[in-house]
Amino acid sequence: MSTRLEGHTFRRFDGELYRLHTEVLQMAGLVYDQVQMALESLQQQNLDIVRIVNERESQVDALEKNIDSAITEILAKRSPVARDLRAVMAFSKAVTDLERLGDEATKIAYIATTLYNNEHTNPSNYLLRDVSVMGKLACALLKEAIEILDVLDLERAEKLLNSHDDLDEEFQAGLRRLTTYVLEDARNVGHIINIVLVMKSLMRVGEHARNLAEYAVYMVSGEDIRHTEIEQA
Amino acid sequence: MADIVEIEQQDNQIERRKKERRKQTRIHLQTAIVTRDNRQTIGEITVADPRIRCTDIDVFYGDKHAVRNVTLDIGRQEIIAMIGPSGCGKSTFLRCFNRMNDTIENCHVTGKIMMDGQDINDKSIDVVPLRAKVGMVFQKPNPFPKSVYENVAFGPRIHGLAKDKVELDEIVVTSLKRAGLWEEVKDRLDQPGTSLSGGQQQRLCIARAIAVNPEVILMDEPCSALDPIATTKIEELMDKLCADYSIVIVTHNMQQAARVSHRTAYFHLGDLIEVGTTEQIFTKPGHQLTEDYITGRFG
Repeated sequence: MSTRLEGHTFRRFDGELYRLHTEVLQMAGLVYDQVQMALESLQQQNLDIVRIVNERESQVDALEKNIDSAITEILAKRSPVARDLRAVMAFSKAVTDLERLGDEATKIAYIATTLYNNEHTNPSNYLLRDVSVMGKLACALLKEAIEILDVLDLERAEKLLNSHDDLDEEFQAGLRRLTTYVLEDARNVGHIINIVLVMKSLMRVGEHARNLAEYAVYMVSGEDIRHTEIEQA
Repeated sequence: MADIVEIEQQDNQIERRKKERRKQTRIHLQTAIVTRDNRQTIGEITVADPRIRCTDIDVFYGDKHAVRNVTLDIGRQEIIAMIGPSGCGKSTFLRCFNRMNDTIENCHVTGKIMMDGQDINDKSIDVVPLRAKVGMVFQKPNPFPKSVYENVAFGPRIHGLAKDKVELDEIVVTSLKRAGLWEEVKDRLDQPGTSLSGGQQQRLCIARAIAVNPEVILMDEPCSALDPIATTKIEELMDKLCADYSIVIVTHNMQQAARVSHRTAYFHLGDLIEVGTTEQIFTKPGHQLTEDYITGRFG
């Protein structure tokens, strides 16, 4: 299956699609950095990084607007069909997920400030253990999804989508662990609520990553595999 | 706190159940697009209860093999678009349906075209009633050099479809109304058909075709000489007419094919490459040649 976006007799269209693809990847790169930095700020108790995460947010938002307007222009001027249409649709959907990924990163960064910027003691490392494990998993998933969106590799997408959901398992285990910490010492409750929110955000990161892989599949093969589990249940 | 965790856990149970189901239904992608060197027709070439059933049609112009072994059904209330680069055989194939190729010297058609239980290529078939049953609209509007009225009345008169003047008037009015032209020409029925605008002339030709109760209307690039407004009117008209007639349209305008047709057939160098619903062809073509053509990647 050919995944190339170039080859149009009217070359300018090639350029427009190429630029669109590049901008989506650029946005994905920014968002990936944001998520990583947000986690870093949490783990290293470094509130300087939080500032950078928030600054990145405006860059991501600007890119989102740019890409949306490029897509509108392509639809108006080129009336894309088949593979080109699917690419434009997939990029358009991906942008929404990327923007939300940026929001999740900002949320995590915000939680870092509430955790470390108050008069209470900082959360101990064992409370943050699950965030660290889930963070690594979520980042790996996101990185793979972005690479799939870059190289448009159907096999890798299939592998990612069929892979066992470790994030979910970690989340469940984490919740159980955190519950016992609350039972041991109720003073932990404030921290734990925040940590659960971070874990929830990381779950979302994983879901958005899966969405990105699904868009790549749609783009390359034309198969819409979203909500497969509901339709076939 | 325990409550919050419980709610959270319930919430996650829902998601987990979804994911469990996803795990059971592993995604297997079957995505191979047919490669360029494969010239077998792909897609649904047959329909239930077809108006016309073409089987193994070959058309030769002398030594030139213009249409190669094409099998295709035309449905009853459908608009089917034939697309493809110039010289791909789409117009030649279209002209098989009313034996217009008979008029071309050296042209030779083989294969079966079944319509109402008869092979229209059969020697016993009279082409005059056949061409009434299978009407045709051409690229350039070609009204007769007669009045608007006479243009429409001509066919019913020679086919003896009207007993008297009253009936003939009725046919003319109904046909002009169905062609969406009545309001524009009702006060100038005696003026020459050629005095109308291009778009009106084309609708007059459509009125002329439907005046003789056809079953099929063939349209060979019906809008290529018209402006966008006239084009839209013809497209709207096609949309209405397909409730009663099968419409086969040949067009170079892919957007037009996408807009008006229910099914699309893609021809390439005499081969019918792919047939499918218009939605499928324009979003997920199954053949590389179809995709190359509709996305503008030629050669």
